[in-house]
Amino acid sequence: MDLVTLAPRATPDERAAVDVVLGAPVGRWDGGERADPEGGHVASGGHAARERRHLLLPVLHAIQERVGWISRPALEYACRRLSIPPADAYGVARFYGLFSTTLRPPIVAHVCDDIACRLAGAEDVCADLGRALGPAGEPALDGEATWLRSPCLGRCERAPAALFTVAGTLPETIAAAPVDAAGIVTRLERTAAGRRLVPAPTDTEPDEERLANVRRSVPQAGGPGLRILRRVGVTDPRSLDDYLATGGYRGLRRAMEIGREAVIAEVTASGLLGRGGAAFPTGRKWAAVAAQPGQPHYTVCNADESEPGTFKDRVLMEEDPYAIVEAMTIEGFATGSAHGFLYIRAEYPLSAARMAHALATARAAGYIGADILGSGVAFDIEIRRGAGAYVCGEETALFNSIEGKRGEPRNKPPFPVEVGLFGRPTAVNNIETLVNIPGIVADGGAAFAALGTQGSRGPKLFCISGSVPGPGVYEVEFGASLGDLIALAGGVTPGRALRAVLLGGAAGVFMGPDSLDLPLTFEATRAAGATLGSGVVMVFDQTADLVGTLRRVAAFFRDESCGQCVPCRVGTVRQEELLARLANGRPNGSVADELALLADLGLAMRDASICGLGQFASSAIESAVRAGLVAFAGHGEARA
Amino acid sequence: MSSEIAHIFSEPPARSTRIPGPPPVPAPAAVELTIDGRTVSVPAGATILDACRAESIHIPTLCFLENLTPVNACRVCVVEVAGARTLVPACSRPVEAGMTVQTASERVRHSRRLVLELLASSVDLSTAPGVADMLAEYGADPARFGPAAPPAQAGERDARQPGHHHVPDGAASATVAQPVKVDNELFVRDYAKCILCYKCVEACGVDAQNTFAIAVAGRGFDAHISTEYDTPLPASACVYCGNCIGVCPTGALMFRSEHEMRAAGTWDEAAQSRTDTICPYCGVGCTLTLHVQQGAIVKVTSPLDASITEGHLCVKGRFGFTFVGSGGDGG
Repeated sequence: MDLVTLAPRATPDERAAVDVVLGAPVGRWDGGERADPEGGHVASGGHAARERRHLLLPVLHAIQERVGWISRPALEYACRRLSIPPADAYGVARFYGLFSTTLRPPIVAHVCDDIACRLAGAEDVCADLGRALGPAGEPALDGEATWLRSPCLGRCERAPAALFTVAGTLPETIAAAPVDAAGIVTRLERTAAGRRLVPAPTDTEPDEERLANVRRSVPQAGGPGLRILRRVGVTDPRSLDDYLATGGYRGLRRAMEIGREAVIAEVTASGLLGRGGAAFPTGRKWAAVAAQPGQPHYTVCNADESEPGTFKDRVLMEEDPYAIVEAMTIEGFATGSAHGFLYIRAEYPLSAARMAHALATARAAGYIGADILGSGVAFDIEIRRGAGAYVCGEETALFNSIEGKRGEPRNKPPFPVEVGLFGRPTAVNNIETLVNIPGIVADGGAAFAALGTQGSRGPKLFCISGSVPGPGVYEVEFGASLGDLIALAGGVTPGRALRAVLLGGAAGVFMGPDSLDLPLTFEATRAAGATLGSGVVMVFDQTADLVGTLRRVAAFFRDESCGQCVPCRVGTVRQEELLARLANGRPNGSVADELALLADLGLAMRDASICGLGQFASSAIESAVRAGLVAFAGHGEARA
Repeated sequence: MSSEIAHIFSEPPARSTRIPGPPPVPAPAAVELTIDGRTVSVPAGATILDACRAESIHIPTLCFLENLTPVNACRVCVVEVAGARTLVPACSRPVEAGMTVQTASERVRHSRRLVLELLASSVDLSTAPGVADMLAEYGADPARFGPAAPPAQAGERDARQPGHHHVPDGAASATVAQPVKVDNELFVRDYAKCILCYKCVEACGVDAQNTFAIAVAGRGFDAHISTEYDTPLPASACVYCGNCIGVCPTGALMFRSEHEMRAAGTWDEAAQSRTDTICPYCGVGCTLTLHVQQGAIVKVTSPLDASITEGHLCVKGRFGFTFVGSGGDGG
């Protein structure tokens, strides 16, 4: 490959941003000065440089955060350093929603207008912002700031939410909820005037404020009988001592005692099924990876929690980070992997900060690193940040993203247990799944399996949002019904009637008010043609604009489709247009024709898309139509 | 002189004049599977598409090409495998013993029809060979998505931000229509005809040319083939090998000569002859297929099964033919 970079030299700021990640360039070849005039013909851009391809996203983040956008000179400097063709790197930069390859003001408010925030008035917030600051994406406040709409920011329990990004030498990313337009404008103005959003570093809120926040997100915090959430609101998530004092690292110590086969046996015996949405048996996955002859093995934790309506993994990372570190270490030990990656979506700055702190302190105390607890076992974890792409929650897209590529899902088979990250056997698990692990290993799989139902063992987290007085993350033993869950959150908002529940997220299904007796187990939801998905329970009362919600769901999938396969790339567009026609009372032909076309589209997307995004892009929409929760009118008819 | 030394100075034993070949590779084991009720036996490692072709079962393909790595993006080759939740792409799915495959079930035909309708409603397929037949075979009716939206302005689609789009009102259906990119003497890029099959990216990159001048940028419906920052080809890494043209299934990438003749209405494929010859430029000996209309070369390709080229050429073989007609005096 002949690396062609024709843009002018990157600015000192841009080069500094790249060099922070990669170190200074060694010579002319990788974008620096000619180091050794005598023997300067040695190229250093071969394998060594290309093996650092996986640093492309961290480098793009660094440029974006320092400068506010990724210019062609900056990108080409990064390409020189990493020996990546500029067109290729440009394709990567243009894949992720939080990167900009055009000039953008340094201060940006990303305002969530997704399903839950929409229920909480996000459209009004956006309309007010449009009046105060001008259209989304246009420079405001003397070119210092702008605002953009955003998909779900994972703060549905206190909607509406916004994410503030401030570029500069001390970049910041701060999430805030609830927000209103006036508050957003004030923040932007104060930041533009040179004041920081909060004192750096980000994680310094006083304990009382922190606890108040925790209790708002997790109303059960500190309550009796909790397993997954037992430390939330009880321990200081920044204290390893607190973690150790509450049973922390019992699991890892027992794992080291009983050995890897026995660990996998305990996890298998627990009956734990993956909590990310696919419900695959965790023990089987680990055993498959452990048995793979190919080396090295990798451990990946999927913390790209982007399913609209989902925020449980965020709470776990923020409030019990050491449990995740311990669980990944046990997983690495059991599956014979020395290297773990924790992929956190970029919209979760506090999660990333807490996890980074936990990793650093655990490493210093010998709980991860080259010789864990003096056992000779090596395992370490690297944090990688997403950059605004829902599809990267799909495991193979996540691998591609870590590898520095566009987050396009791969065709399966081969499955990750055989060909995963960097083409190696990889165990990939969701945060909630992992948080169950230390307890299972410490107390035995049988104790875990004794909880829940025949097909759904253990406890489960649900993210309740929408029209309830007490939205938040709730833990129940498997077997609780949909009605039980809503009752936990205080029932439907007083004075309102239940109209529908979105179960499982945007890729889930709408259930009617007659579904309250449905047990929220894998087997019962499957039998009902529904899904638990990521544990979303979003409540809609009779005042909710369900058709508008469906259009937002359709827009979400159209935005988040990677674009690789035709059924999803074009199908999501056609689905959104079709809903617009129905909503505007202008169907092509009759309403029945349009609904038949919707079903045709849905079947093809479900059958022929490469990954789950396309396969489930019509699920919620079709379910709402099927359950009669929405009605459409044809030309000149009144809406039913 | 001892006998040992005498031995050293004696003539070496005669060598075999046979040039050693590679060690024999055992033939892959045969795998037996069922396709459309027929029992089929193919070598392990073959794809379902290989197996179907061996049985003369027709599977439509768009993004597949023999000389490229399958990306299974178009999904027009999907087939139904018993036990699989979804349909699977025949072009890339390896056969497994005992697999039961249906290539023409109702589910298969439905998805193929929808894929073709979705493509035909969003992309100009007028110069895509074979696609009209496919549309007819599957009864595709692209018009049922409503009237097409007006074309985008030049550069508009390239500038769209991932994760953002204008909310449609349903009055028209979105397309990829946009002006042709004409930025060099040799070929044009008409992305209104692009089905995003990834073939040009593969041919420009690891599968043939290793130039990497283009990649897929953007996301979802706004994904598109692009140089860095949509820079014109002369300011990119492009070496004008034209291998992207050679693999393009829709005519989105086209010789400028063909593009201009089509615009002028003088392009007449029926009147063209094809002549295979060897490239006159260097000693590699690439096979060229000259497409000749009214005594003039109008296009050059190379056969996919040519052992030296596998269909790929360089700038000279692909475009360096204008001297042929430059005058009878040899000038």
